[in-house]
Amino acid sequence: MKKGYESDPSAKGSGLASRTAPWLLGMALAVGFGHLAQAQEEIQRGGVLDFVVAGEAPSKDGHKETSYSVVHPYAPFYSLLIRVDPDNPQSTDFVCDLCVGDVPAPTNGGKTYTFEIREGVKFHDGTPLTAHDIEATYEKIINPPEGVPSARKSFFSMVESFEATDDTTIVFNLKFPSGAFLPSLATPFNWIYSKKDLEEHGFAWHEKNVNGSGPFRFVQHQPGAFVDGVRNDDYFHEGQPYLDGFKAIIAKKMSVRIQAIRGNRAGIEFRGFPPKARDDLVAALGDKLTVQESDWNCVLLFTPNHKRKFIEDPRVRRALTLAVDRWGGSKYLSRIAIVKTVGGVAFPGHPLAATRDELEEIAGYRPDLEASRAEARQLLEDAGATDLVIDLNNRDVDQPYKVVGTWLIDQWAKVGIKTEQRVRPTPQFYAALRNSYDFDVSIDFNCQSVINPIADVTKFLGSSGSNYGQYDDPVLEKIYADLERAGDEGEQRRLMRLYEKRALDEMAHLGVTLWWYKINPHRSYVKGWKIAPSHYINQQLDNVWIDPSLL
Amino acid sequence: MYQYILKRVLLMIPTLIGAAVLVFFLLRLLPGDVCEVRLAGSGLYASQEDIDICRKNLGLDDPLHEQFIDFVGGYFTGDLGTSMWTGQPVVDEIRVRFKLTLQLAIMSTLVAVMIAVPLGILSAIKQNTWVDYLVRAFSIVGIGIPSFWLGIMVILGLLVVSQALFGVGWMPPINYVSPFDDLWGNLTQLIWPALATGYRYSAVATRMTRSAMLEVLREDYVRTARAKGLRERVVVNRHAFKNALLPVVTIIAIEFAFLMGGLVVTEQVFNLNGLGKLFVDAIGNQDFALTQHLVMLVVLIFVVTNLVVDLLYAWLDPRIRYS
Repeated sequence: MKKGYESDPSAKGSGLASRTAPWLLGMALAVGFGHLAQAQEEIQRGGVLDFVVAGEAPSKDGHKETSYSVVHPYAPFYSLLIRVDPDNPQSTDFVCDLCVGDVPAPTNGGKTYTFEIREGVKFHDGTPLTAHDIEATYEKIINPPEGVPSARKSFFSMVESFEATDDTTIVFNLKFPSGAFLPSLATPFNWIYSKKDLEEHGFAWHEKNVNGSGPFRFVQHQPGAFVDGVRNDDYFHEGQPYLDGFKAIIAKKMSVRIQAIRGNRAGIEFRGFPPKARDDLVAALGDKLTVQESDWNCVLLFTPNHKRKFIEDPRVRRALTLAVDRWGGSKYLSRIAIVKTVGGVAFPGHPLAATRDELEEIAGYRPDLEASRAEARQLLEDAGATDLVIDLNNRDVDQPYKVVGTWLIDQWAKVGIKTEQRVRPTPQFYAALRNSYDFDVSIDFNCQSVINPIADVTKFLGSSGSNYGQYDDPVLEKIYADLERAGDEGEQRRLMRLYEKRALDEMAHLGVTLWWYKINPHRSYVKGWKIAPSHYINQQLDNVWIDPSLL
Repeated sequence: MYQYILKRVLLMIPTLIGAAVLVFFLLRLLPGDVCEVRLAGSGLYASQEDIDICRKNLGLDDPLHEQFIDFVGGYFTGDLGTSMWTGQPVVDEIRVRFKLTLQLAIMSTLVAVMIAVPLGILSAIKQNTWVDYLVRAFSIVGIGIPSFWLGIMVILGLLVVSQALFGVGWMPPINYVSPFDDLWGNLTQLIWPALATGYRYSAVATRMTRSAMLEVLREDYVRTARAKGLRERVVVNRHAFKNALLPVVTIIAIEFAFLMGGLVVTEQVFNLNGLGKLFVDAIGNQDFALTQHLVMLVVLIFVVTNLVVDLLYAWLDPRIRYS
């Protein structure tokens, strides 16, 4: 056995958990070249995992930030109340992190959730963690004082009140039963802070300081270079973490991140690589590489500006979506870009998402492409827009924005629409999209963490703060209000179809192109980490280990 | 001489003020700001309320003249403020990167000098021979190859060659270690970008050395030295080379200044945490506070370098006197 590693016969790497929802089976694909079976391997302790991150965290405070560049290096220092199952992150089943037992079922007609909190948990500075810390944390997230930013405050609009009734119990009371509550709680940014820190140091302290109760203790952050963590020996999940520590190395250029894995300067990158990078790494590393793939809870959209001439006409917007060959695009674009799956408004494969048959009823998804394009030409003619030239706002990022933008230009050309694409650096792209609305159509996207279709589809509402189409559709708003309060899954599903039909077909408010596809090629010695349908989740690294025999 | 230096130092002040005004107002002409990139850039929901709070906290909604006074006033109070992206003090952000960029600039300049001076002299002495043609071709290739391509080729080359020779792909480390902590680790990381950058910058200096040497070698005093029966090596080294140095020193010094602020591509390709990479990040994030101080630093480096070069002239050529 190599120095620094020890085996733990009691711990076995798990395969897919038995409680995996059937709809999720097959969504994630793990291919180990020469190491196909990860299940039932003997977990080895020790070693330091080096991984690469594409960006530098703006701050260390998960509550105010929205970027994965905060989650990847800092999530291992914190715990959550509940989380996505790290051994089965493809599942929408949540498991307790700081709470005890299973995630509680609601009482009081679905409006009350009572969580029992683990005893004996300590923050890294030695302060005991109690339900009062969780209450203080959620107070900061849900009811921040004026001037204190909280990026996910709106996720908790269903919460009426919450209170720590004693050191080990916290109760959440909802205004109405909501399927979006637990996914919101499990959001990977909701790190539990110490009440003492918040009271003594204020709400901005965590922007520059770390004191969590997670599997790793913060060591240092060298600006622009790396973040270091070491094992927390007092971690409350017994026997974990397996690693001695980790180093998150900041590497903005994709070529560096790819070569870092090839040259073994890093074991893994958690966000994802395009297919060509995967193929190159597979060719270079063979059985030293494992590839995990999954559908990704991100969708690339195009947003028509409803205030612009011609685009204000639903017929023109329908023509834009009818011209796009999503089924064909999936085949070709998935070879070069991080997009693949054809879907509607909800995450593909989820019970609330449209089946293929249902999708084929929607404009732009029908199997007869030529008929769709003929209809598009007719609609343009009816709208007097036969010589339409559109100004497309795009982001100066290759994957997948520019690739898909270029593809869209070609698709629209097939029905006679000319496109002038303006590719802008990120700040200018957002200035055009969010402030000046200086576009006819803009590339847009919706990237979420925990799969929560009822919350995620708010993007399509004209009233949503993240919708830049400049429209107001009371019909769509009403369908959504009913959907948010729908009790059973059958009713939710029915309403979701109505919502989808209205947003993508009848009014064609926004156009869905393709859903992203996550590809994580990593060194085969990185074990225990399982791909999730989001680059935000499953990043605490408590179940990750290194197989020294494969180093 | 001292009066001359004092005068040049005083002249730096209007130059720096002009640069400060330009960089401050030009940056603010750009649409978008750091808060949008930070909160909306991930695609997750970002509320306008949070973006407004962010702008207020960073002082982006203060009147422009107040922001300008804050910026310039920092140089008098010694407080340059904090990065709008990371919230860390600007001085710390720059200090961390400065030592890496300085080391790389020195190493690259040394590589450039070691290539350019001997090759330039050789090319001049062997004018219009195959040696001359070869050196000229070598330098033209150096000018023509983009830095990013050369950098990527160096990394890929190392990976492929090490894989073929040892069965394991090797690439330079992507984490900086100080030469005082681990000299070998430091050199294995920085020698490759220094070679890639040094080669490119040597190309111009090689051609400059060659043409300066050709000019000097045709001077009467060189002919006299040869007529005295001095050995060719003495003629070239003692009589010709020192007098050909003036334009070469100018080029090398200006290139050094460029390297201090302009290693943008090389630092990205080799993942070096230097000033060039910081520049790109600061501009990409619309981090006005950091960008404007970085620009001022580069302006200062150029101004000081020019002064040093002027003073070097007097040392190299005793005929030059400043008063």
